[in-house]
Amino acid sequence: MPTIVVEVMPKAELLDPAGKAVAGALHRLGHASIRDVRIGKRFELHVDGEVDAALLETAQQLAADMLSNGVIEDVISVHVDGVAGETR
Amino acid sequence: MRIGVVTFPGSLDDRDAQRAIRLAGAEPVALWHGTHDLMGVDAIVLPGGFSYGDYLRCGAIAARSPIMAEVIDAANSGMPVLGICNGFQILVEAHLLPGGLIRNDHGDFIRRDQRLRVESTDSAWTNGFELGQEITIPLKNGEGGFIADEATLDRLEGEGLVAFRYLDVNPNGSLRDIAGLRNERGNVVGLMPHPEHAVEPGFGPNTPEAMRSGVDGLTFFTSVLTALVGRL
Repeated sequence: MPTIVVEVMPKAELLDPAGKAVAGALHRLGHASIRDVRIGKRFELHVDGEVDAALLETAQQLAADMLSNGVIEDVISVHVDGVAGETR
Repeated sequence: MRIGVVTFPGSLDDRDAQRAIRLAGAEPVALWHGTHDLMGVDAIVLPGGFSYGDYLRCGAIAARSPIMAEVIDAANSGMPVLGICNGFQILVEAHLLPGGLIRNDHGDFIRRDQRLRVESTDSAWTNGFELGQEITIPLKNGEGGFIADEATLDRLEGEGLVAFRYLDVNPNGSLRDIAGLRNERGNVVGLMPHPEHAVEPGFGPNTPEAMRSGVDGLTFFTSVLTALVGRL
């Protein structure tokens, strides 16, 4: 079953407390070279049939309208799993 | 006057909002997220809680529930709509108010009796306050940090759309101490603190006069009755 992957990250200028907590834990474990951690979201949309241009466009629209909130997040990528190349 | 309170999966303060409406002298009407029926109400409250477990983003899934199509239409037609806490998050996700609400800057859930300054009385839910009046109502949130870009913040300030500002401490990192907003028309108001928890002596925040005697939240619900009577 084809999978459309949508990746969303909190905007770079916004504080990411969850990422900050993980970074703190990594530092305590001795990984001093990992300076910063940011946590985003990966959605996997399992679809029936082939992924055509129209479906990919629908996914892009959903990524922008519902799966992310443009005030606080950026859509990093919308792509078909296993297919190289990002669509945005 | 009949005021609807929408219950979503994960709403917590719907019963408290109903009680506040009753204490203000109106009839509360329970509305259900899964229907398209506003049951002929005159105004709507979107209550606090954790709809859909805050999955995706706070308020994001609730903002796309069936009844929200009717709520959005009603709000755009001028019906008074109040969003409290999760309700504010839902209003923002439904694009009825601008900006976004993110995790508190200190990372912790916070609960305190919060002092606020009333920054706008030109709304259906704040007309009973004095401009600049200082009120105290409970606040309780984990993701109450209000953000928007600079241009939006400047517009909100310039057009007088900031309804409430935090006093004493900024409890969640909200930009420009913004605790609540109204829309241009004044029928839609959203805020993170909880007016419905400060409506009855004995059950509200402490005041210098007596413990638990704070009822500053009641004015939200009496204001909307004034607004509705004015429209008749």
